[in-house]
Amino acid sequence: MVFLIQQTMLYAVPLMIVALAGVCAERSGVINLALEGIMIFGAFMGVIFVRVFQQAGWTQDQGQIIMIISLLLTGICGIAFSMLLAFSAINLRADQTIGGTALNMLAPAIVMFFIYMIVQQNTMGMAEGGAAGWFMIKPQTFGLPKGYSWGPIIDLFINKVYLTTYICIIIFVIVSIFLYKTKTGLRLRSCGENPQAADSLGINVHKMRYLGVGLSGFLAGVGGFTFSMTTANMTSNGDVAGYGFLALAVMIFGNWTPLNIAFGSILFGLFKCIAATYSTLDINGDGVFMLNELGISPYVYRMLPYIITLVVLAFTSKNSRVPKAEGIPYDKGQR
Amino acid sequence: MPRLEPGTGKTKWYRSDGAVAVYSALISILIGMAVGAIIVIVVGLLKSNISPAGIWEGIRLVFLGVFSTGRSGSELSFGFNGVNLGNMLFRATPLIMTGLSVAVAFKTGLFNIGAAGQFLMGTMGTLSVGLWLGWAGVPTFVAWICAFLAGVILGGLWGAIPGLFKAFLNINEVITCIMTNWIAANLVTWWFDAHEIFKNSAEGGKVGYIIPLKNVGVVTPKMFMDVLFKGSQANGGFWIAVVIAIAMWIMMTKTTFGYELRACGANRHAAKYAGINDKKNIILSMAIAGCLAAAGASLYYLSGNTEFYWSTYQKLPAEGFNGIPVALLAANHPIGVIFSGIFMSMLNISGIQLKYLTAYNEYISDIIIAVIVYLSAFSMLFKTVLSKKIRKGTGGNVNAEPSPIEVKAAEEAETEKVKVPGDFEEEVTKDFKELLEETPDIVKTESEEGGQK
Repeated sequence: MVFLIQQTMLYAVPLMIVALAGVCAERSGVINLALEGIMIFGAFMGVIFVRVFQQAGWTQDQGQIIMIISLLLTGICGIAFSMLLAFSAINLRADQTIGGTALNMLAPAIVMFFIYMIVQQNTMGMAEGGAAGWFMIKPQTFGLPKGYSWGPIIDLFINKVYLTTYICIIIFVIVSIFLYKTKTGLRLRSCGENPQAADSLGINVHKMRYLGVGLSGFLAGVGGFTFSMTTANMTSNGDVAGYGFLALAVMIFGNWTPLNIAFGSILFGLFKCIAATYSTLDINGDGVFMLNELGISPYVYRMLPYIITLVVLAFTSKNSRVPKAEGIPYDKGQR
Repeated sequence: MPRLEPGTGKTKWYRSDGAVAVYSALISILIGMAVGAIIVIVVGLLKSNISPAGIWEGIRLVFLGVFSTGRSGSELSFGFNGVNLGNMLFRATPLIMTGLSVAVAFKTGLFNIGAAGQFLMGTMGTLSVGLWLGWAGVPTFVAWICAFLAGVILGGLWGAIPGLFKAFLNINEVITCIMTNWIAANLVTWWFDAHEIFKNSAEGGKVGYIIPLKNVGVVTPKMFMDVLFKGSQANGGFWIAVVIAIAMWIMMTKTTFGYELRACGANRHAAKYAGINDKKNIILSMAIAGCLAAAGASLYYLSGNTEFYWSTYQKLPAEGFNGIPVALLAANHPIGVIFSGIFMSMLNISGIQLKYLTAYNEYISDIIIAVIVYLSAFSMLFKTVLSKKIRKGTGGNVNAEPSPIEVKAAEEAETEKVKVPGDFEEEVTKDFKELLEETPDIVKTESEEGGQK
């Protein structure tokens, strides 16, 4: 059970933060289809930063510091990358779907190009060691012997988990509060609903949309780093397994509100986790791998998250609350 | 409406909508390739193992890779390379088809990002039926037709799913396409995983692949492609793709059905008001898009010697997504798709040449493609601005006299010249950038409906 919850969190946290990235952009009125691309780019930059730190002589004991600094730097790279979308969508008023698709193609291309240039193979990992050894929180991190246990409840939270899980949750909460409880957040959201009205009240729509997309880039970059560290052993190969798109689905599923998104991503994380580990999953601890013995093809489990998205969308489409001005370039003269 | 000539009452050919689309595509291509060259230079300067000569080789290969004939001595040599050109056409075949798929959906105002899934379903249908009929001893010709149709129909059904969601539940097709892509990837893997007979276990080193269709003799005839391009993989599939593209052009522009589709794309609600069944058209458009993408897969695998790696549940075929730049570069024109498809596969071939002949790698061509897509996002805007500039001069309201200032502005716009490579060297446009800085009215392209409402 502890294992299942921890695994679910591993899958759910990147989804949650990237889905929130989508909310930031879309609430300001820009469709961010480029989440996948930004994640790929973020994962790549994250690996680069970790390598740089390792080659600069930082040791395993400083793992958590390396991780936090890399995480922030990755977020900044995500902002930089997302500015490409912001520029085309806000200043040039280009089609946002196409702009996002372009970034989704650009990110893997650039990443693969440079990975080949740097390591002459199609996957780039850390300079030495693995993600678990360097960044996972274990009893050794606190100077305790290997195999030490705090008991089931505390183990759940601090044994064999990544600090990013908590950092991402904190960022999630901060950004949610920012969006809903601050003046700037309200202004940002108004630009996604009725930019003309917002402008008439003296809000700079372009600035707000840049803010939304930039925030989105930061969160997606952080999400990409988290994904790469927790589920891909800190490697980058120009692919995040469709997580960016799945996050978009979670965002729609969660009706563009943070709380529903948190719930949705946990649900998806659970299904993803089941798909990945169903054959060794022992839910009630009686030594019987129930899901494995049902004899259902693994592909069914793998399809489940996507099928459920479709079904849920089909049922909830009637009361979906999409931001009204989403995807429409802002035009002062339009009423 | 482009400007009409006072003498003839017709548009000069170089000022027509089509010509403007070609110019903007060429500008996108040039900028894209320039970015590629810049990356080659910068990376070459940063890496110690690449000499200035190596950089120059890289740049030449980016632009002329398809004419490369390898190395003679230490120098790169260029010339007619039948294998490269043939392979270019061979690889262009699926790109043309997926490009058509995206283009047709675009004309109906739908963004078909699900070509990858439809491509996979087509692969599954074609390979399974082709192998099955081949083993059953059905005449090759009949087996070919059945295999092709099986793929196409399966793809069409798969494509119809996002159409149904869009038409009846008004769910954004982008999200349903992405979901159906991954479901297709799992379904196809499941299907081949469950059917051992299709797996290639006889040939060593081919574990994980499906038996190629040449083993049962169900292959597309060469149709003189082997004479033209000796030693390449090119076959008649390319001609079939060209014929389908022309058929699509006729369908979209010359038939009532095509008109209805385009009407739905231009304004769904207006079309409905005019008595067009918008729901039917949306579903049919997505189904046709699915058929086309799947036909690309069918033609690709019916060439015989292409192998399909069946455990694909974590990876979607690149052909599906590359249909998007092909369609965008062609401004969604079915005939243009043929050329842009060939261009994209030319870039691919250049990339492969880069990989084998220099220290660079093939992903540079992907970067160029991505840059072109990024530019094409605002080349639509560029076109709108340009045609609006022309309209300002003469058209728009036919009864209104254009004000002298507007005429002057339009004249100024026309006298500034941009040199376009190739056969044209006409007075075309103002500087690209300058035009972009002008603030036009809202540019509402077909796909911008955005989100489900």
